Amino acid sequence: MNRREFLKRSIVVVAGMALPTAALELIDPKKLLAAKPELRWVFLVDTYKCVGCGFCVKACKIENEVPYDANVTRTWVERYVITRDRKTHIDTPKGALNGFTSRKIDIGEGHTEDIKDEDIEQSFFVPKLCNQCENPPCVQVCPVGATYQTADGVVLVDRKWCIGCGYCIMGCPYGVRFFHPVYHVAEKCNFCYHRITKGMKTACVDACPFSARRIGNLRDLNDPVTKVIMTERVAILKEEYGTKPQVYYLGLSKEVR
Amino acid sequence: MKSHVWRPLFVAAGLVLLILVVRTFLVPDDFGVWERGYMYGWHRKGNEEEWKKVTVKYRTKAYCKECHEEKVESIGRSPHGIIQCENCHGPAMNHPEDPPTLTIDHSRELCLRCHAKLVTPSSGRSKIPGIDPITHNPEAECSLCHDPHHPNLEELKRHE
Repeated sequence: MNRREFLKRSIVVVAGMALPTAALELIDPKKLLAAKPELRWVFLVDTYKCVGCGFCVKACKIENEVPYDANVTRTWVERYVITRDRKTHIDTPKGALNGFTSRKIDIGEGHTEDIKDEDIEQSFFVPKLCNQCENPPCVQVCPVGATYQTADGVVLVDRKWCIGCGYCIMGCPYGVRFFHPVYHVAEKCNFCYHRITKGMKTACVDACPFSARRIGNLRDLNDPVTKVIMTERVAILKEEYGTKPQVYYLGLSKEVR
Repeated sequence: MKSHVWRPLFVAAGLVLLILVVRTFLVPDDFGVWERGYMYGWHRKGNEEEWKKVTVKYRTKAYCKECHEEKVESIGRSPHGIIQCENCHGPAMNHPEDPPTLTIDHSRELCLRCHAKLVTPSSGRSKIPGIDPITHNPEAECSLCHDPHHPNLEELKRHE
């Protein structure tokens, strides 16, 4: 081998090695479609409109067969009362299953705190539910593949597969998961998957008299919910966690955690 | 190599084989990596169908309208028209077959969900007329004086 031949072959080898394996991979249209599907469920909560009636919580519990009087719920409503001394008081008695009928703040263990009307600077209600995150930490921590995300973005729990280890309950930064008192497996809001896949709306959306809760398809640019999310000042909960929640809030204030 | 090396090796290989055989029977065929990839989409596909099969209990106003069209229309024009029938009348499920009659919630607590007076300056609640549940006829059911379908205070005066 002369010097010219050696250099030629070296260049071929180096060029070949520089070629990434990804360049040789054939593009699979199915994979591309899965990365950007035509349907992605999103939720929109308008905290200005919520009056704390709790009809959503009642409907959710009955619709999804969560024991009515057990102190667990897939969705709940929080009351925020901010007083003139800039203290924030938060309560959600029984997840607001019976709404907010008392002016006294529930501070737990059967105790209440009475706040004078004239001390209240701000007071409002914030409904909470599963955020159906784009990067769901609860799914990552499941050791058995019992919780997963569907192609349309909803996180479900396989009741037959769940071993009840509770990692996902600890893993959720929003505290939306709990043990189902009857099935003893992880339970969570799934945007009423049996309703939305039939063309209906979720039970909480239907039960809300004030349209404080709405559901839509983020991929459909003509969807009224998507239009609000694209054009108005919406916020998400705990953005810093990088979970990319898909429940958007109108009128979220810094006190809301 | 001597047999004391091979023998445990065979045992280990046998165990691995056994686990693999048992696994093929225990793990369902549809268990695998689906649309959302390995990190988020590793699951039993059949479970999605199981969730879709959950029975719908709240059938919405559209379902009530199929038989009670006149009522739904007239009540729809009142200030309470924004409320779903099933919020107070209970989930329709398969009514009228099952259940044949719905259990209506007549309780004060139901009305108080919206009409208990609270100081909520930064919420829509402040626009709803409210009463103090402790002082406002505490013993009486609201529907004794108020018509929940046509909550008109003018009409209420006629009873006085």
